[in-house]
Amino acid sequence: MKALFLGLVLCLAAVSAGAVNPDEMLDDPALEARAREISKGLRCLVCQNQSIDDSDADLARDLRVLVRERLAAGDSDGQVIDYVVSRYGDFVLMRPPFKATTYALWLGPALIAGLGVLAVVAFYRRRTAAGARRGTAPPPLTEDEKRRLETLLDDRSR
Amino acid sequence: MIPEAGHFALTLALLVTLVQASVPMIGAHRGDQAWMELARPAAFAQFLLIAFAFACLTYAFVTSDFSLLAVVRYSHSAKPLLYKISGVWGNHEGSMLLWVLILSMYGAAVAGFGRNLPPGLRARALAVQALIAVGFILFILFTSNPFERMLPAPADGQGLNPLLQDPGLAFHPPFLYLGYVGFSMAFSFAVAALIEGRVDAAWARWVRPWTLAAWIFLTTGIALGSWWAYYELGWGGWWYWDPVENASFMPWLAGTALLHSAIVVERRDTLKGWTIFLAIVTFALSLLGTFLVRSGVLTSVHAFATDPARGAFILVLLLVVIGGSLALFAWRGPSLASTGLFQPISREGSLLLNNLLLTTAAAAVLLGTLYPLFLDAVGGGKVSVGPPFFNAVFLPLMAPMVATMAVGPLLTWKRGELGPALTRLWVAFAALAAAAVLAWAVVADGPLFALLGMGLAAWLFVGTVVGFAERVKLFRVPLPETLRRIGRVPRNAWGMTLAHGGLAIAIAGMTGAGAWKVETIQAMKPGDTATVAGFTFTFEGARQVPGPNYTATRGTFTVARDGRPVVTLRPEKRDYPVERSVTTEAAIHPTIFGDLYAVIGDAQGSEGAFVTRLYFNPLVGWMWGGILVMVAGGMVSLSDRRHRVGAPKTSRAAAGARAGAPARA
Amino acid sequence: MNRRFLYVLPLVVFGVIAAYFAVGLTKDPSAIPSVLIDTPVPEFALDPIKGRDRGLSSEDLKGEVSLVNIFGSWCFACRVEHPLLMQLKKENAVPVHGIDWRETDPDAGPKWLARFGDPYTLIGDDPESRAAIAFGVTGAPETFVVDKNGVIRYKQVGPITGRIWEETLRPLIEELRRR
Repeated sequence: MKALFLGLVLCLAAVSAGAVNPDEMLDDPALEARAREISKGLRCLVCQNQSIDDSDADLARDLRVLVRERLAAGDSDGQVIDYVVSRYGDFVLMRPPFKATTYALWLGPALIAGLGVLAVVAFYRRRTAAGARRGTAPPPLTEDEKRRLETLLDDRSR
Repeated sequence: MIPEAGHFALTLALLVTLVQASVPMIGAHRGDQAWMELARPAAFAQFLLIAFAFACLTYAFVTSDFSLLAVVRYSHSAKPLLYKISGVWGNHEGSMLLWVLILSMYGAAVAGFGRNLPPGLRARALAVQALIAVGFILFILFTSNPFERMLPAPADGQGLNPLLQDPGLAFHPPFLYLGYVGFSMAFSFAVAALIEGRVDAAWARWVRPWTLAAWIFLTTGIALGSWWAYYELGWGGWWYWDPVENASFMPWLAGTALLHSAIVVERRDTLKGWTIFLAIVTFALSLLGTFLVRSGVLTSVHAFATDPARGAFILVLLLVVIGGSLALFAWRGPSLASTGLFQPISREGSLLLNNLLLTTAAAAVLLGTLYPLFLDAVGGGKVSVGPPFFNAVFLPLMAPMVATMAVGPLLTWKRGELGPALTRLWVAFAALAAAAVLAWAVVADGPLFALLGMGLAAWLFVGTVVGFAERVKLFRVPLPETLRRIGRVPRNAWGMTLAHGGLAIAIAGMTGAGAWKVETIQAMKPGDTATVAGFTFTFEGARQVPGPNYTATRGTFTVARDGRPVVTLRPEKRDYPVERSVTTEAAIHPTIFGDLYAVIGDAQGSEGAFVTRLYFNPLVGWMWGGILVMVAGGMVSLSDRRHRVGAPKTSRAAAGARAGAPARA
Repeated sequence: MNRRFLYVLPLVVFGVIAAYFAVGLTKDPSAIPSVLIDTPVPEFALDPIKGRDRGLSSEDLKGEVSLVNIFGSWCFACRVEHPLLMQLKKENAVPVHGIDWRETDPDAGPKWLARFGDPYTLIGDDPESRAAIAFGVTGAPETFVVDKNGVIRYKQVGPITGRIWEETLRPLIEELRRR
């Protein structure tokens, strides 16, 4: 607990510019770009709400270096990420994986939207039925009435 | 002595709220005029007492009274006066007092300005407001008392975190609280209406100004927080989907939906149950935010020092307030009869769609924020939900909403015609295409969604202008007639135009800043240059500059474009020896198309080289500007006389009130 | 009935959420459980620190039950558990191996041990977090219980207190020795 507290204090104290240093950066710009992308998707475990790309923590720096070393050694993006996840678990991913434990998360919004749409459709159906039953749906306007309406509407801002 | 007076005042306030929560409610039930009338003076008294308590606490901070535990923990004699004051609410205990102060302030405002409210509704609403206050004052007195003494008093305080000594951060909490605590008033009105068993157009009209005021403050508060993050945290980011940010954003989404839904209740006497539900949910989300930040259930860089015992107390408060109101809704909601009918393609239909999308978005954000907690609670392991999830879920919901925002105002009430509306928007279609093409031409290798974002922003902006043009019949009638019509446009129509237009500008800004940011990181010696987005940065060197309680490393960059000098930037890295912390002060130069942003890092090597981070953040100013216009729109709408009058007092309105029909818009 | 259900639904949903919160209050959201429990120790080979001629490698962790303790001279909380580790060494209770994590100065670790005592059987120098990351370490001190076959059986985050030793670690070590 104290260790975590110390880490947290360090994070708050050293919240500063995004944290990649030139001496960490790879010479190959394509590899470096991949490294940055991967780093942005990995959570700093000391600060927990920054990516390792943004975090100033020592552990974040070491992870950044590790990512670059692995990329330089030929690992694919997926392999690098898999390695970090094998050490720290899914928690380290900024983007939660799509697996059994997260189906509810990823499918949830679509489900909610779908339920919402169903509710709205049911609402309209019920209303139209109610209106038809009560016979309050007005008959369409005649040409004459339409012209009178236009004149009336023109007299006021809508 | 003074803190004791403040403490005493707070205790008295508790007594007043106990009375205010019970007597007027009983009075409204029994029709007892005198008992109902007690609500108003009680609300004033409550506000004055809490304000006095708050003033006492502020006095203790300003005079650095270190016999008070809160002052010791959160303040220091060396702090500038402004930050001694903002330190009052920059901590858990003080901010709870501010919370309760604002709660009572809204109640007093309704008591003062709500003379036209029917006495029963006013009495009940103020009673509910007081009930909430009872809970929170008890919470303060029992678990989070800012007036606790510390004896013997130490010589000085501990609270000198430089990160908190910043104007943006100092004012971000009060605005936020004025916002989401302000939604308590809509909540109280909703519960009062449920108890009364009646929701009508008049109710919607009374609720609207309070909701709008809260919305304006919340928008400002969230924007201030983002702006602070942008200039202080040092890499040009402004939104992280951090749990605490989400905690303020969810009430904003729900509150926006509520504002729009209330329009339908007022004009067309329908969607009543839904609007009442939204009013409850908006404040529930605010309370939820309060819980999340203070209970230790979620981690965030933002969170106050957390304490599960306090969390338990707030959870009980949540159960009573939210559980109680939802139970009341379950019981009384079905009896709210709506009479208005409308077609899916109509003004109401588009407002309903707006509500659907906004509430789904709020629910999605809630799901993402709470999911790690849920999964852990059932033993499913630990996951974290970061920006990739929220962006993937939120943006696809907002795109159709922005699309319909331009169409909706062109539809007529009850039954509209989509074809003519879309035809009139041909200009907006053209703007969408033009913006997308232009965006692609300027930044050919950006992400695809950026084109969509700029296109939608242009669509919304032009569409909003078209809506206004329709209203004044631009090009359809002679110009003098149009000008006359402009003079007669009601304020809330101006407000809507400004708000929607401002949002369009802000969306363009967010798209640019999010998608097209240019960054270079390198070590630079004096004389080195780097190019960012066509601007040439020349590093002139860095030197040590002493400050009041820090030592700064200040770098100097001269920036030129096409050979002509543009600006000199002087970013700093500040070392605070006492607190052992380091802050970055980025140097920012706003231009109309983006911000130049320079950060100086650590020294590297021995030749006077420094790590430098140079950015061009496109269209950031549009984001802040757009939000300002949105807020201005809200204020213009709020200034509409019809809101201040409350219920119209003419005889026509009296007849209208009897029949329950809306007064003429 | 259908309509009534719709009005009750929010209350039900809220009840579920509140229940989760109640459970959540009892948990620590920042505690990340190790995913390496019951997996073999990761392969690593660390150089010795100054003053020792042998470092620490994954091979050294096979053959007997041992503790692997992540520490550093910069770590305040490590001093809290240090006396207990010294006691363990004195009683020969269980071999404790150390990983000296993130020392920027090669003399810092040895100096710290000279000052406070050296309870470790073997020590590996890990200035770049190679082994630490392989172990999924997020802070110091952290301690791993490794069984005879080199399989990680438990991770203690934070200092080992007397109570944790008596109630959790010692029984586990005895159990692992029996297997």
